[in-house]
Amino acid sequence: MNSNFEFKNYRRESRLFSSRAVIAGLAVVLALLGTLGRMVYLQVNQHEHFTTLAQDNRVKLIPLPPTRGLIYDRNDRLLALNRPAFNLEIVPEKAGDIQAVLKRLGRLVELKPTDIERFEKARRQHRRFESIPIKLDISNQEAALFAVNQHQFPGISIRARLTRTYPLGYALSHVVGYVGRISLEDLKRIDTSNYAGTTYIGKTGVERSYEETLHGLVGFQQVEVNALGKTVRVLKETPPQPGKSLRLHLDSRLQKVALEAFGDFNGAAVAIDPGTGGVLALVSKPGYDPNPFVEGISSKDYTALRSDPDKPLFNRALKGTYPPGSTVKPFMGLAGLELGTITRDSKKYCPGFFQLPSHDHKYRDWKRGGHGKMDVDQAITQSCDVFFYSLAHEIGIDKLKNYLRQFHFGEKTGVDLVGEQRGIRPSREWKRKRYKQVWFPGETVIMGIGQGYFQATPLQLAAATAAIANGGHYLEPRLVAELLDENSGTRSAVESVDHPIPMHNEQNWNKVREAMTHVVEGHRGTARRIRSEDYRIAGKTGTAQVFTVAQDAEYNEEEVAHHTRDHALFIAYAPVEYPRIAVAVIVENGGHGGSVAAPIAKRIMDAWLLGKYETDQPQAAGTAP
Amino acid sequence: MSLGPRSPSGLPPSEPARHRGLLARLHLDLPLLTGLLLLSGFGLVVLYSASGQDMQQVERQLLRHALAFGVMIILAQIHPQTFRRWSPWLYLAGTLMLVLVLVSGVIGKGAQRWLDLGFMRFQPSELVKLATPMMIAWYLSGRSLPPSWKMLLVSLVLIFLPVLLIAKQPDLGTAILVASSGLFVLFLAGMSWRLIGGLAIALAAAAPLLWHFMRDYQRKRVLTFMNPESDPLGSGYHIIQSKIAIGSGGIYGKGWLNGTQSQLEFLPERHTDFIFAVLGEEFGLVGISLLLLLYTFIILRGLYIASQAQDSFSRLLAGALTLVFFVYLFVNTGMVSGLLPVVGVPLPLVSYGGTSLVTLMAGFGILMSIHTHRKLLPQ
Repeated sequence: MNSNFEFKNYRRESRLFSSRAVIAGLAVVLALLGTLGRMVYLQVNQHEHFTTLAQDNRVKLIPLPPTRGLIYDRNDRLLALNRPAFNLEIVPEKAGDIQAVLKRLGRLVELKPTDIERFEKARRQHRRFESIPIKLDISNQEAALFAVNQHQFPGISIRARLTRTYPLGYALSHVVGYVGRISLEDLKRIDTSNYAGTTYIGKTGVERSYEETLHGLVGFQQVEVNALGKTVRVLKETPPQPGKSLRLHLDSRLQKVALEAFGDFNGAAVAIDPGTGGVLALVSKPGYDPNPFVEGISSKDYTALRSDPDKPLFNRALKGTYPPGSTVKPFMGLAGLELGTITRDSKKYCPGFFQLPSHDHKYRDWKRGGHGKMDVDQAITQSCDVFFYSLAHEIGIDKLKNYLRQFHFGEKTGVDLVGEQRGIRPSREWKRKRYKQVWFPGETVIMGIGQGYFQATPLQLAAATAAIANGGHYLEPRLVAELLDENSGTRSAVESVDHPIPMHNEQNWNKVREAMTHVVEGHRGTARRIRSEDYRIAGKTGTAQVFTVAQDAEYNEEEVAHHTRDHALFIAYAPVEYPRIAVAVIVENGGHGGSVAAPIAKRIMDAWLLGKYETDQPQAAGTAP
Repeated sequence: MSLGPRSPSGLPPSEPARHRGLLARLHLDLPLLTGLLLLSGFGLVVLYSASGQDMQQVERQLLRHALAFGVMIILAQIHPQTFRRWSPWLYLAGTLMLVLVLVSGVIGKGAQRWLDLGFMRFQPSELVKLATPMMIAWYLSGRSLPPSWKMLLVSLVLIFLPVLLIAKQPDLGTAILVASSGLFVLFLAGMSWRLIGGLAIALAAAAPLLWHFMRDYQRKRVLTFMNPESDPLGSGYHIIQSKIAIGSGGIYGKGWLNGTQSQLEFLPERHTDFIFAVLGEEFGLVGISLLLLLYTFIILRGLYIASQAQDSFSRLLAGALTLVFFVYLFVNTGMVSGLLPVVGVPLPLVSYGGTSLVTLMAGFGILMSIHTHRKLLPQ
């Protein structure tokens, strides 16, 4: 190394270094000129482009959600309203260690496991700088306690929000429905930009079917924001258009009366104004409390509701399809008369059973010894099965199917609710499609008494009854009577659609209405027990078999378990002279229509026609045998 | 080395200390000092805006500057020969500490870049930033230049040993800085152009190998650099937002404290690695030109000091330290303007933070020492 040292050529090394240093210096200057060139490109050539981007960055449109419309009953009683609620909300980004913060917060306000569960769920769906509620609807005391200690909780604040409340809860759960947080599925059916900033969306009932009206139009605020989304200042504002309120045909007092009339039974009742098609009451029992759904029901409570064997979430009036039983007899009779199969005076002999020509099978009448000679009036009044077995067979399935269509059996009623069932109006085509089988004549026979494949919803029965009551105007049932603009006070009526049923001879209709009147008013009528002193009722009882009794077997009501007992049905309208209400009642496992379902209908009509709304009278059907 | 019978202080007796100015007595180079002070001042002005007008941060940074200038002044007093003697030991100590960091990092599960000395945290990689060019300069200066093949090979091993250790931490930015500091020494020592070309090809060939060594986040950065729009909310966000900041600044800028990108917090890491974008947005092309001019001045002054040095160790070290300073600048402006991947190299003397600041100023201290301890030889 030392020898090397001696031979080092200092001058040469120095020159070499200097040349390299000059090269490096030139390279540095060149490289920095390159950097400068890049800046010129960005700041001069691309300046406009980036200015636009910067502008877009800082100017954000903040949606201003509209206030949701209210829902009133016909007497302007509030059924759904927006209540200001104070929520505790967390911005996770600012709160620091969430778990530790929640622990400390828990000492101040009670945090239930369900609160934490909901919060964690919401947290996964929101960005870190968005405000997420941890406890909803805190009490004034809790709010005050938190306010005093707020300095200890950065990123947590009390926020006022409007929350939806249903004061009558349970009673109207199947009519008004409820709103809930917008789900992914909801997003598919809405204009997402109109829902920017909206928390709730109608999930069921009127809340869902009138969603668009109730929701209103979103407004926007043009604001300057920072990257955290915090508003720095407002540049421009377009106010939102609040949703319209709804006034229902429904009378909440009548609804309560109807609900309580069921006593311990489950079932459904629908009352319709035959003049307008307005739904006066729509009961599906049991119901449920819609309020917990608004902020998201806990999965435990939801599972409990879903697994309840009584199916409280199921809207029986709208979606429950039942064999209509003998309640179809007036419609069958009318079909026979109008199609000319029978006359108003034709008589048939009832020996207690009916047999198809060259068949052994006996179609039994409910009355062992038979009714003897009957015309259509008597057959309806006494609910003779044999008369209608024979009549249905004579009319034939094809004509029958077409006639029943006019009363919208097997069709949607067109009610202003989402999810109604069509029921089943059997026909050859239907059976071929459904079962890939041919139609048997015997199936026409039992259709005459509303058994077999025939299925209808309580709403369908009520609407069809209303059409008989008003003389052939099938009106689509309507829950909402009018839309209200709360700001201007303007109202616009929601009209029903009339589907007139062609009338061949008015006498035929009168005959059927007379027969229905005899059901209640006549001394042999199957519902004579509900006869009223104050007004005249027309009706028809029905019993829908749940349990099939074997041929010639004895049917003992006592021995059959409750859930396999027959459903009791009753359709009615009143007053006979100028009908103001048409009702259909189905009592699940209620036994015979005359004894269980008819008193419920009577209770509803009493309330509506006589103003008897006191609900604590022991008139409930549950006490009936 | 000169064999003259002068005192070890290096001061020629013909020029007694009392006749010289304060700066000379403090072994400081006036032009370089001026450049550094102007740059630091400019940096603090930008920082005030970039920190969201947080005076506390500016004060803290001012304190760091004071500390860094102190370190510079102290190092300027030390004779270059002393640095030369220290070189192998500093290199050895730095490399050992890198191993230590890696081991304790493995134990502590996760990336670790510092040693906890109890009273302070120390980043060995910062020491290595200085020790590596010193080591190579020490090694080469004892031998006849230009370097032979064998010397070259030894130098490369000496360079890449700490580089790989740092890359393993993983700290890609520092690894690049350390590697370039060593390679600059080789370049300045007169490594033949053929070899430079060969080395470039070898490095290009080693790139896939490097890819293999990279962590997922590093790979993602490289991929994002290739196409920032592919991940506008993730790692591409930095690049997109900083380009918007610079581009929207235009020629004259939006004015101090008026940058929307910076003030509204769209620009991430605006006061540290991306402070250059704040400058570009608020001071425009004019401000950037001014800043680049200042940097150019400092770099050229550094190269001048290197060329005036009287022994090859000083020359090589001074030249390499100056060029590393340039690499900081070039990589930082490159990544902020979207020309290079985001590797986490601060804008020298301007970005908020103390670690690299002290190291850089220590380097300038060495430069000043080299320049002010020259013996005046008869021309």
